[in-house]
Amino acid sequence: MFADLWMGLVESLVRLGDIVRFLLRLIAQVPRALPRFQLIIDQVYNAGALSLVIIMLSGLFVGMVLGLQGFQLLQRFGSEEALGTAAAIGLVKELGPVVTALLFAGRAGTALASELGLMRATDQLAAMEMMAVDPIRRVVVPRFLGGVIAMPLLAAIFSLIGIYGAQLVGVQMMHVDSGSFWSQMRASVDLADINEGIVKSCVFGVACSLIAVYEGYYATPTAEGVGAATTRTVVTSAVVVLFLDYLLTAFFL
Amino acid sequence: MNQTSSIIEIRNLRYAAHGHPIFEDLSIDFPSGRVSAVMGPSGTGKTTLLRLITGQARADAGTIRVAGSSLAELSRDELYVLRGRMGMLFQNGALLTDISVFENVAFPLREHTKLPERLIRQIVLTKLQAVGLRGAAELMPAELSGGMGRRVALARAIVMDPEILIYDEPFAGLDPISMGVILRLIRRLNDALGLTSIVVSHDVHEISSVADVVYLLSGGKVVAQGSPQELHSSKSEIVKQFVGGLADGPVPFHYPAPDYFGALLARDGDS
Repeated sequence: MFADLWMGLVESLVRLGDIVRFLLRLIAQVPRALPRFQLIIDQVYNAGALSLVIIMLSGLFVGMVLGLQGFQLLQRFGSEEALGTAAAIGLVKELGPVVTALLFAGRAGTALASELGLMRATDQLAAMEMMAVDPIRRVVVPRFLGGVIAMPLLAAIFSLIGIYGAQLVGVQMMHVDSGSFWSQMRASVDLADINEGIVKSCVFGVACSLIAVYEGYYATPTAEGVGAATTRTVVTSAVVVLFLDYLLTAFFL
Repeated sequence: MNQTSSIIEIRNLRYAAHGHPIFEDLSIDFPSGRVSAVMGPSGTGKTTLLRLITGQARADAGTIRVAGSSLAELSRDELYVLRGRMGMLFQNGALLTDISVFENVAFPLREHTKLPERLIRQIVLTKLQAVGLRGAAELMPAELSGGMGRRVALARAIVMDPEILIYDEPFAGLDPISMGVILRLIRRLNDALGLTSIVVSHDVHEISSVADVVYLLSGGKVVAQGSPQELHSSKSEIVKQFVGGLADGPVPFHYPAPDYFGALLARDGDS
């Protein structure tokens, strides 16, 4: 029993070490991958633009729920005008980065992992190696960078739409005063809050993209292997994002 | 065949995968300018041998020299330079599925050269013409049949004008016509481009019609080598079994198993 737990712990640490080494390998190839800018742009489109609909829809609904719950809670203290502040802080610092990262792992992360896994299974990566093209530089790094660039942008859009959703419910439906909704938000959300959100979404972007390309690149080249890699991408990303979120929140306090 | 005319020399190669020894003490010379065939029953490590020759896998012991350089001593960058002189046709073609046939063939040129678009177009169309698929340039890989896919992969393999061309099971799963086309291409490309070709296959009759030298692998060793005619007239049991396609012989029909009757009579739980 304890031996199993211990083995599990050791295995997780070994895997963590592997992932960090993979990250260093990616970073070492970044200078050689950057000149092929079009490849990165394509991947920003794949990871970012193609995730826009799900991010915007989710942002709207999360914002609307926040508006409703926030209004109910704040009404008890007679301070409904603070709804703008509450929604904005909640979205920019927490919900924006975290929910975007979870959705990103589900939408873009799985696509990345299964694409790379299938490229491995169909010998496309080996064929590139045989053509003297490093698949890390040509395929993996652009996808990784695409995810890293797209994630903070998606989180920003999520927060923006979320605030609009909160406004929709709070101001349009619950008749919170529009002027105080916006002016309180502007007065009390400061740069530090926004910075926290930006840092979080950048860190989550690196984590989710890294996990996805790692799982895909090292997937067992079979149907089950690629399926398992895709599942692990979502599960690992979710746990890692929530764990990092706690660490970062504690750090910014 | 003397040593100086060998472009690939393998000496005392030892290699094990997942704890199973695949090659114990393998030595082969592949003569330059010829079509060499590596044959053998499934599971004798033919594909593994190709992976070792191309540096995709590393030998546990022994040396592999390709065009004069020992693979074990090469850095990653030097290995990539050497691979620039090799072309390889994978079993399933391994075309990049997200780009067209034309872009697949152009891929190595775009990665390794800064040629103007007009020249790339000319080179790609010449290579596609050589495999008879110039008309398919704008198709996507998913729209090709198995045989066509392999011909496109062949065009891609020769686009950088390699010195060594390696074919992994080029006939597997092809209809007789596509097979004939690939056979003719192997011979024609070898002679027209002055290549050295290495073909891994177990299609005895097809390979006999095209190869200059045949190596028969079994149990991790070369059990026979020579021209196809020599192999056909060989007295060796294993060669006769393989060439004649006999179900049983030195290569047993049965995978090693415990006693048959004992297994049939055993009750559940017994072994």
